Amino acid sequence: MDLTLHVWRQAGAATAGRFVRYELGDVSPDMSFLEVLDLLNQQLIGRREEPVAFDHDCREGICGACGMVINGRPHGPRAATTACQLHMRHFPEGAEIWVEPWRARAFPVVKDLVVDRSAFDRIIQAGGFITARAGSAPEANAIPVPKGDADRAMDAAACIGCGACVAACPNASAMLFVAAKVSHLGLLPQGQPERAQRVLRMVEVMEAEGFGACSNHGECMAACPKEISIDFIARLNRDYLTSVFRHQPSEEGPDPAEG
Amino acid sequence: MTSALNARVPAGSLETKWTRHRSEIRLVAPANKPKHHILVVGSGLAGASAAASLAELGYGVSCFCFQDSPRRAHSIAAQGGINAAKNYQNDGDSIFRLFYDTLKGGDFRAREANVYRLAELSVNIIDQCVAQGVPFAREYGGLLANRSFGGVQVSRTFYARGQTGQQLLLGAYQALSRQIGRGKVRMYSRHEMLDLVVLDGAARGIVVRDLVSGRLSSHVADAVVLATGGYSNIYYLSTNAKGCNVTAIWRAHKRGAAFANPCFTQIHPTCIPPTGHHQAKLTLMSESLRNDGRIWVPRSRGDGRAPNEVPDAERDYYLERLYPSYGNLVPRDVASRRAKEVCDEGRGVGPGGHGVYLDFRDAIARHGRHVIAERYGNLFEMYERITGEDPYQVPMRIYPAPHYTMGGLWVDYNLMSAIPGLFVIGEANFSEHGANRLGASALMQGLADGYFILPYTIGDYLAQAKLAPADASHAAFRQVEREVDERVQKLLAAQGRRSADQFHRELGRLMWDHCGMSRNAAGLRQAVERVRALRQEFWEDVYVGGVGADFNQALEHAGRVADFFEFAELMCHDALHREESCGCHFREEYQTPEGEAKRDDERFGYVAAWEFTGVGNPPVLHKEPLTFEVVHPSQRSYK
Repeated sequence: MDLTLHVWRQAGAATAGRFVRYELGDVSPDMSFLEVLDLLNQQLIGRREEPVAFDHDCREGICGACGMVINGRPHGPRAATTACQLHMRHFPEGAEIWVEPWRARAFPVVKDLVVDRSAFDRIIQAGGFITARAGSAPEANAIPVPKGDADRAMDAAACIGCGACVAACPNASAMLFVAAKVSHLGLLPQGQPERAQRVLRMVEVMEAEGFGACSNHGECMAACPKEISIDFIARLNRDYLTSVFRHQPSEEGPDPAEG
Repeated sequence: MTSALNARVPAGSLETKWTRHRSEIRLVAPANKPKHHILVVGSGLAGASAAASLAELGYGVSCFCFQDSPRRAHSIAAQGGINAAKNYQNDGDSIFRLFYDTLKGGDFRAREANVYRLAELSVNIIDQCVAQGVPFAREYGGLLANRSFGGVQVSRTFYARGQTGQQLLLGAYQALSRQIGRGKVRMYSRHEMLDLVVLDGAARGIVVRDLVSGRLSSHVADAVVLATGGYSNIYYLSTNAKGCNVTAIWRAHKRGAAFANPCFTQIHPTCIPPTGHHQAKLTLMSESLRNDGRIWVPRSRGDGRAPNEVPDAERDYYLERLYPSYGNLVPRDVASRRAKEVCDEGRGVGPGGHGVYLDFRDAIARHGRHVIAERYGNLFEMYERITGEDPYQVPMRIYPAPHYTMGGLWVDYNLMSAIPGLFVIGEANFSEHGANRLGASALMQGLADGYFILPYTIGDYLAQAKLAPADASHAAFRQVEREVDERVQKLLAAQGRRSADQFHRELGRLMWDHCGMSRNAAGLRQAVERVRALRQEFWEDVYVGGVGADFNQALEHAGRVADFFEFAELMCHDALHREESCGCHFREEYQTPEGEAKRDDERFGYVAAWEFTGVGNPPVLHKEPLTFEVVHPSQRSYK
């Protein structure tokens, strides 16, 4: 196949970026989209030009490292598919493809297609966990979990933290990401003790990081490579409201075990 | 180094060793723990669980990963599951049985006491993960579900759909995140360790490169923990994430840590076959598929028919034929070797004849499509996405691919390397899997090391270590930093004609051909020569481009390839010296009449731990004899 790529090139966070046009021949329909970028980069290196920077690692659609907007859609045109799993057989011969980074205030560009998604880490650090010190766990089968709850928790837990939901949202909202973690842990009995505190803290940090609000466009769900449902956002809102009214916010004290 | 090779296995019966050891090793008082600083390199299952657990205990911890977030470490890609001797299925499982299966699966090339401890701790891991909210598969009554995996006859594998690694890693990542949020762990994402600093004979720190700014910096500590994974990417094409590399452990090896059994590399039988030269990596299909899928090739060579047109009588279900009692569930090394064999006979299927069928026709007929979809739906979708073929209609095509490395830095029972203060956990060490790892046991080992072993044993070291105060301005740190910088500059200065990627592919091909699924002396000797020549070409003719003080992925890759070039020679050397076949290490000269691996316990019943003596110089062999107090090594039989 022959392709025309328009790739966003930006040297760093502080410099302006622009699209650069590249013609590429000899593309196999069996290639993944990232293998096309590999091919382009090898040609650029051959011409002593700087290769395109992009995040990628597992290339199996699970690590969440890759992420780019392809022809206006995060991860490209295929449903439930990350960029690394998108294969060229889904593009027509001679296709013209525009590639750009996630665009959101909370995800500043590092270089070319690479953005800084550490805001997601800080949201998890604020409360996206269950406190369970190593060594203190009860026997695993002591608390049965109804299969339906466990399955729904798993549906939410499937989030790979790629940020496509933010990139797809006109408000650059991170509600689907936060909702997925709040729901995963909130659906399980182990997650109940910290449920209110968790949602309050995660939402607080989410807002402080500069993500926008949810206005129910549903673009996030359409873009999510793991097809995480916006039903979880409704759940997040419910949890949040209940917690705002019921929970007495208190600073977490020192770990009792640390004395 | 010879004395450092004391494995320090505690006395006492196998069942009591760990409990007794735990009660006898030294402790660091709670008030003293915050005075000790520990560096954890890597944030996969082993690294994240260790960093979180050490911080919970009160130690000061810094954790480093080259990914943009600790949540993306390659453990995330593990699909199938994690073993534990819970015996929830009432099918006769026990700690002893898990221990024995693991030791036998490894073809009796692992340390008995370590493997027993792993089996013992397996049950705690499941408890820990459930408490963290890992959404394991459950039965309708709400209790945990299990499935079976290759190489065993009980059902002891816990799983979370086909995303078990992801869920376990997120559990550990969340525990780590909690500690980062509380200020107990300082996290350095997008930082790559480029060297180890040894001071007065003890590991005291590392030099890292900030991958965004390119800045080098030194970090000082009382102990260093490497949890940096395996080196399958030496073959270029493997199931590992693109970033996986040997650099951290290779640098530590060059600074004095012995490297054990480097030639023990696992080739996984169920991967999607490559489609062409553009291929950047290979994709694994979970071994759990072998529970219901039947593996076959046509009986006759060059059978060009579509799979569904080949009648049963003309199909060779070769694993079921050769191994009636384990059938399609033989261990990975056996399944891979037999697949290669039928392909070499010209009976392989798909492009280039590099493939065998994994067929679900019978399972779908027996259980119904919905049951198969429930068990493997996401794997079937992944296969369809990559190949464009629907495995509900057409059998999958699979072929072996490099997947895991049993070899790694040598560690004693306390998981400490030959350098005092340098601990190595997870895939990066050599200890538990011998010459072949059984499915669903890598996750088990990573978490056992990180949650339940290292947090105790590192205290034993810290309690007695006499460490002089040091900071990053110390001459030893400045010196290592300078060496790292020189190497970076050397890569940039080569200004040759070929990319690091081209060299990496060439090295990978060479290693796959001569030090891959089967090996022989002539091929290995030739490989050593070729590696040396290619390494020289690399330094003369590589082109990296860009500058050091920038986000420069080509430079990152070139540095890793340079280390693979040095390491490759050691791997071939180890494979050449081990004149026997065991587990994954199949020397064509040493096989039984049935084509099975023929061990030589008399001559090679030891761990080969190599000492570095300079690039291109022959390494020095140190042996840790493997003694078995309880089991009697036998010829593995899965018939």
